[in-house]
Amino acid sequence: MQVGRPRMASDDADMLRSMGLRSIDDLFSDIPPSVRMKSLALPPGLAEQEVVAQVTEMLSANRTMADMPTFLGAGLYDHFVPAAVRAITSRAEFYTAYTPYQPEVSQGMLQTLWEYQSMICEITGMDAANTSMYDASTALGEAARMARRIHGGKIFLVPRALRWHRRSVLQNYTWGGGLLIKEVEYDRETGMLDLADLKKHLTEDVCGVYVENPNFFGRLEEQLADIRAATDAPLVVGINPLAQTILKKPADFGADIVLGEGQALGNAVNFGGPLLGIFACRQEHVRKMPGRVIGLTKDAEGHRAFCMTLQTREQHIRREKAMSNICTNESLMAVASATYVAVLGANGLRRVAADSMRKARDLAAAIRAIPGYEAPIFKGPHFNEFTLRHEDGYAPVHKALLAKGIHGGTPHARHLKELGDYALFAVTERHTQEDLDRLLDVLRSVA
Amino acid sequence: MKFRQAFYEEPLLFEMPSEAAEPIDLDGLVPPAMQRDRLNLPNLPEHEVVRHYTRLSQMNFSIDTGFYPLGSCTMKFNPKYAEELASLPTVTRVHPDQDEATIQGALRLMYELQSSLAVIAGMDAVTLQPAAGAQGEFTGLLLAQAFNHDRGEHRNEVIVPDTAHGTNFASAGMAGFDIVEIPSLDGRVDLNALRNAVSDKTLAFMITNPNTLGIFEDHITEAADIVHQDGGLLYYDGANLNAIMGKTSPGLMNFDIVHFNLHKTFTTPHGGGGPGAGPVGVKKPLEPFLPVPVVTYDGATYHLDYHRPKSIGMVRAWYGNFALLVRAYAYILRQGGDGLTRASERAVLNANYVRQRIQGTYDVPFSGLRKHEFVASGAKLMAKGVKTTDVAKRLMDYGYHPPTVYFPHLVEEALMIEPTETESRATLDAFSDALLQIAKEDPALLHSAPHNTAVARVDEVGAARDPVLSWRYLMAQPKF
Repeated sequence: MQVGRPRMASDDADMLRSMGLRSIDDLFSDIPPSVRMKSLALPPGLAEQEVVAQVTEMLSANRTMADMPTFLGAGLYDHFVPAAVRAITSRAEFYTAYTPYQPEVSQGMLQTLWEYQSMICEITGMDAANTSMYDASTALGEAARMARRIHGGKIFLVPRALRWHRRSVLQNYTWGGGLLIKEVEYDRETGMLDLADLKKHLTEDVCGVYVENPNFFGRLEEQLADIRAATDAPLVVGINPLAQTILKKPADFGADIVLGEGQALGNAVNFGGPLLGIFACRQEHVRKMPGRVIGLTKDAEGHRAFCMTLQTREQHIRREKAMSNICTNESLMAVASATYVAVLGANGLRRVAADSMRKARDLAAAIRAIPGYEAPIFKGPHFNEFTLRHEDGYAPVHKALLAKGIHGGTPHARHLKELGDYALFAVTERHTQEDLDRLLDVLRSVA
Repeated sequence: MKFRQAFYEEPLLFEMPSEAAEPIDLDGLVPPAMQRDRLNLPNLPEHEVVRHYTRLSQMNFSIDTGFYPLGSCTMKFNPKYAEELASLPTVTRVHPDQDEATIQGALRLMYELQSSLAVIAGMDAVTLQPAAGAQGEFTGLLLAQAFNHDRGEHRNEVIVPDTAHGTNFASAGMAGFDIVEIPSLDGRVDLNALRNAVSDKTLAFMITNPNTLGIFEDHITEAADIVHQDGGLLYYDGANLNAIMGKTSPGLMNFDIVHFNLHKTFTTPHGGGGPGAGPVGVKKPLEPFLPVPVVTYDGATYHLDYHRPKSIGMVRAWYGNFALLVRAYAYILRQGGDGLTRASERAVLNANYVRQRIQGTYDVPFSGLRKHEFVASGAKLMAKGVKTTDVAKRLMDYGYHPPTVYFPHLVEEALMIEPTETESRATLDAFSDALLQIAKEDPALLHSAPHNTAVARVDEVGAARDPVLSWRYLMAQPKF
């Protein structure tokens, strides 16, 4: 039966009659004729079988990362996701629920999201996390606004080496509040933040400093302690949560707010969405934090229970004074991440992180050995991606790879103009030796 | 209906017996100063993890377990074919930075979905980028501002009626605008109040139609004229679009900007709080300002067009919540124009039917038809000391998710009921009977409700006093 089609015409007729109405049209008599539509100009509905066939066929024009070894990353990574994760997120009790407004019937989702918050706090070392922002870029926009609420000031500093969409989203999230975004240069040798340039930008008016580890180039940011020491404005650290399982916690460097893209933790790449914006902070700042949070409490009988809390920060109570307008978020992605973290455990997560990092390092070394290539461009440790350059530019390399059924990395052109010839290559534990060998073969053929 | 929710005294994941941490050698890989020696997360056997979350899921109410008449949330059945399609590797394992030649299927689907949404809303162009309804609102206001700047105008006021969703205020506030709230008259926009509020400072008037009372704003074209005369724009909050498909459209009502909630009207599952998707449609004059990239088609190939000099840029990374776009696209194909129209018809029929069933025992302020939802008042029960909260909590004992409560604010002790089209008459009758029965029940039974849920009434005030948001923070407390 088609969803929405009346099951029994006689039911509808009875229901109408009980209200003293004769036809469905009577229910719409309050819509003035001047704005009435005769009918919706879309084709008639299809049988389920036809829909499935048609959409499957349309999507088959996509080539997937399963069809071709792919070295794209730039924030989204194709890590292997154990089947248990999808088994849990496919529980209709989770995915067909609304926001847990009524805690008594929603303890399952509430506890799961509280555990997710707890996992993010363990990974980052922060005291509190929300249940999600839309993605890392909107988390950054929200963090800038929050930094200003904490500290005052109207300048928010970000690395100039930043994914351009993050920069663009940040701009859109902050111009309304009159925040000024200023960019700090990167060191041309190491790719890390240029500390001297940062110090030049640190004026009274700075409300927060954003830095990423690993950064845009995949390079570890080794100067977090120095950056922290340089300012008393809130320090906002952007992380890759998987990398963070083997790297020292942002809290150890004095971070005030930690954000990141949570997709790598058990979520599919999904052509860019839905994603998972990680957002965490110190306890002293929780009342200034955007987004939904789950708190621990008791029920009327004294048993442990969970509920949404600090709702007075949110739009439905505080309206235009709310910390953010967010209401629908990415909760199911948080459930996936919680399940992924639980299934892999600390041991599994650290293994995946180290494997990915080691594979990327070894691949960069192998590419560097091919004449005509430079990889990584920047000296020092990288997590699971690195910049690559070919003496004739990246375009011919990209083309040659595609022709051989391999997808290369993300070109830098849109992100940083002066690095237009560079590309960012990402590796995960999922790449096989055969994938890497095929890549190297084609790279050699271009050289 | 007899109902008893499952209950497990389920430990926290952190309390479950964990295997030991294995040493990992990071030397030569991570600089010593950056190495992490310890990660406090449990190591558990997979079957224990699966049991843990399966048990938790059983302590969670959902559409697939019962009736969910949450007003303004449009909790209709989420069809299973959409889930199957969204889990294809041609959706899940496609990277958004892939070369255009390798993503033609995804781009085509987006292009066709944009077209369908434009037809449904009577708009000229659609962006699929916004991640949720509230982000759609925010995007729409950014577009309005960019449009005004482009024509050399600086407007900073957004007019919102007192019945509006809280997000309207919050989105306008976040975008830096001043809010002018106008009162309602007989459950509709007061045109005189609107006239007085509109000026050359008016950026936009944000309104949902039908409004949150479920009442169709029949003076909408007059309202549009008032706003347009002074150069303002009309913004359609699409949260209530499920009431009008095939009957009218925001375009026919002279709206300039619309957001859609794909997780409401087009039944992408709400995921326990998200993800959603909040595409935005606009009339022609606003098209140049849409977020980049725009999906275009040259007759042979689909493209991502970044060369849009007037674009506002991006509102989130990449192109939108694609896995949800796939579901909404499939749903629209399945329903077709006739099926979507029938969905709205039946949604309206169901809402009016329940209203008629409970009216009398519960007040339903304002006369006339309702559209997809209606707002009842529990005020009558206050005489015997029963609040709307008590009614809501007691409804759970009958196996129903309570309606939205205490919203909109202009109805005292509000119960906002949206049955949606996918419910049968039998369900609507049983739910109405429950509401009528509850009104007759002993107040003591209601005050102590719910009784049949996994936990008893939850102390929400206590949770906010000293918020404990993580295991880490809990462990640091002296009382522990």
